Amino acid sequence: MAERLSAATSAPPLLRVESLHKRFPVGARRGAMLHAVDDVSFDLPAGQSLGLVGESGCGKSTLVRVLARLLDATAGRIEFDGVDLAAMPAAQFARAPQRSDIQMVFQDPTDSLNPRFTAREAIAEPLRLLAGLRGNAIDARVDEVADQVGLPQVLLSRFPHQLSGGQKARVGIARALATRPRLLILDEPTAALDVSVQAVVLQLLDRLRRELGLSCLFVSHDLNVVRLLTEQVAVMYLGKVVELGPSEQVFRSPRHPYTQALVSSIPGQGPRIRLTGEVASPIDPPAHACRFHGRCPRGEDRCAREAPAERVVQGHRVACHFAGELPGVSLATAA
Amino acid sequence: MTAQPPLLDVQGLSLEFRTRSGTVQALDGVDLRVARGEMVGLVGESGSGKSVLGYALLGISDRAAAVTGGRALFGGLDLLQADERTLADLRGREMSMIFQSPRTALNPIRPVGLQIEDVLRRHAAAPGADLSRSLRQRAVQALRDVAIADPERRVDAYPFEMSGGMCQRVMIALALACRPRLLVADEPTTGLDVTTQAAVMDLIATLARERDMATVFITHDLALAADHCDRIVVMHAGHVVEAAPTRALFQQPRHPYTARLMSSTPGAETALADLAPVPGNLPDLRRADLPACRFAERCERATERCRTARPPLQAVDADPTHTVACWHPLGTAAVPTAAAGTPVALETLDG
Repeated sequence: MAERLSAATSAPPLLRVESLHKRFPVGARRGAMLHAVDDVSFDLPAGQSLGLVGESGCGKSTLVRVLARLLDATAGRIEFDGVDLAAMPAAQFARAPQRSDIQMVFQDPTDSLNPRFTAREAIAEPLRLLAGLRGNAIDARVDEVADQVGLPQVLLSRFPHQLSGGQKARVGIARALATRPRLLILDEPTAALDVSVQAVVLQLLDRLRRELGLSCLFVSHDLNVVRLLTEQVAVMYLGKVVELGPSEQVFRSPRHPYTQALVSSIPGQGPRIRLTGEVASPIDPPAHACRFHGRCPRGEDRCAREAPAERVVQGHRVACHFAGELPGVSLATAA
Repeated sequence: MTAQPPLLDVQGLSLEFRTRSGTVQALDGVDLRVARGEMVGLVGESGSGKSVLGYALLGISDRAAAVTGGRALFGGLDLLQADERTLADLRGREMSMIFQSPRTALNPIRPVGLQIEDVLRRHAAAPGADLSRSLRQRAVQALRDVAIADPERRVDAYPFEMSGGMCQRVMIALALACRPRLLVADEPTTGLDVTTQAAVMDLIATLARERDMATVFITHDLALAADHCDRIVVMHAGHVVEAAPTRALFQQPRHPYTARLMSSTPGAETALADLAPVPGNLPDLRRADLPACRFAERCERATERCRTARPPLQAVDADPTHTVACWHPLGTAAVPTAAAGTPVALETLDG
């Protein structure tokens, strides 16, 4: 196990993920397995945010779905407040007390809200199902949480199609916050929004997580957005975390060649590191090769023979043989 | 620009949608000029009319759309007056479009190679068409041009067998198969990863340069437009509010809306508190009482004049290439709210 960066904080983490694996059987061949999440470990201290970035197909959505216990893990531990949630089947977890502690904000509020529920009904549903509230208690809590997310009372009787994108995003957030979760998982919460609405929602999320002391897992492909809302960031590539460290540092001086390419691809960053080749298949990947080999600008023969162990370089956890010697790419904007 | 007439010259284009719930004034007196080989970014919030403009140029607007005024001259031909036959001959050959979501735009039950062959066959007599080779060979070449690995095999693949980035490359191959002179790229990288986005944008820019093709690049991502476009045209609620060379626009946005758009885009150095969103929402374009400047209700600088008289799109000072439609354009003093998003783009331009 690699050293834990966040162990620097003395309090035990709210969420501790240890060697988490998720594999899916694939129909093509008998016994063929798609390694969606492969040996992922990290700590998330209470009140902190961790960003998850990586290309589509890297396993970040599968990871958060396993963590939200919508999917069962193949192996590994998910310690939430000291309790191993991975041991509990997903079907059983739906009725577990921790269900209301971990809530999720989904990507597209248009798709994730029931079109036949008013905003009030959408926000009330988890209160009825998870918190066991009834009658006036539900209404009171809905009013309270709507107020927290800045959703005017008059909008609560509206249906999703009568709301703007930003208003729907607020309903999605209010619904997730209704049961007073301690961990909020946000899967691309602003991807469907216009920049100006996105700016409002980002500021709202930041205020909420401070006021409510929330821990957040923040999945996004927009690295600038991740940087704004998180203390730490984990970069995933083909099921593996290839780099993990303080967000500001990871973006300023990425150590893993993949992170360097990713950061250099942000529009407005100047010279780009161009990746060639295709992403390798996640189905039964070779155990003794770096997943990034073949696309990596730095790759050598060794990378095809020996999977790189995680090491800590200047406060980042990096899984690369050459992490120590790679020059940190200093970006024009960081100068 | 040069003295020669622009490849595309849109003058005062107005378009409305007649719907049961009222008439939507989607475009109102839009001007847009694109020179040969130039890449022009069309930016604005969703609902500002960017895509509607693109669709109108290709004559593929929704049935409810009606052009109520203006001209769109493309090599001397007014696209708005042209009959369907003429347009069908032009589309795919002289001008083509890359759509937002490649998976929806491609035919799901036809191999991608055949879809490219369809275009080639329809425009067999396109200028520059290489008739010495079979359609299949040309389809393979079209895939090779967009840097798809192993094109001989991929030519028989169905869209579902390809990744999103690969499908977008196929769309580009399809659009560029006949080497059009004008490409309308409507959010070509939405939904793609940053690494794939960078590769796709590089590809479009490279091909455009090689072929001296003019490109209208529709996007809501200002930073992306800044990376690739020669000029940027900012739209708000069916009006063009500002048009300028990219560098000039980022150095000194003149329209309050442009400045707000910039300040709501997070850059590499932006702090959360720096983000200054555009206040309010786009006005409902069905309203009969729209203010003359449609940004007036969201604008801190608005006066009575903005509500009653529409500001013309005109040069602000000595620079005739930088035009703005505002009675109270932002001055030469730095705009505090715009500062956050600006430096990122500028450094790109220098690099």
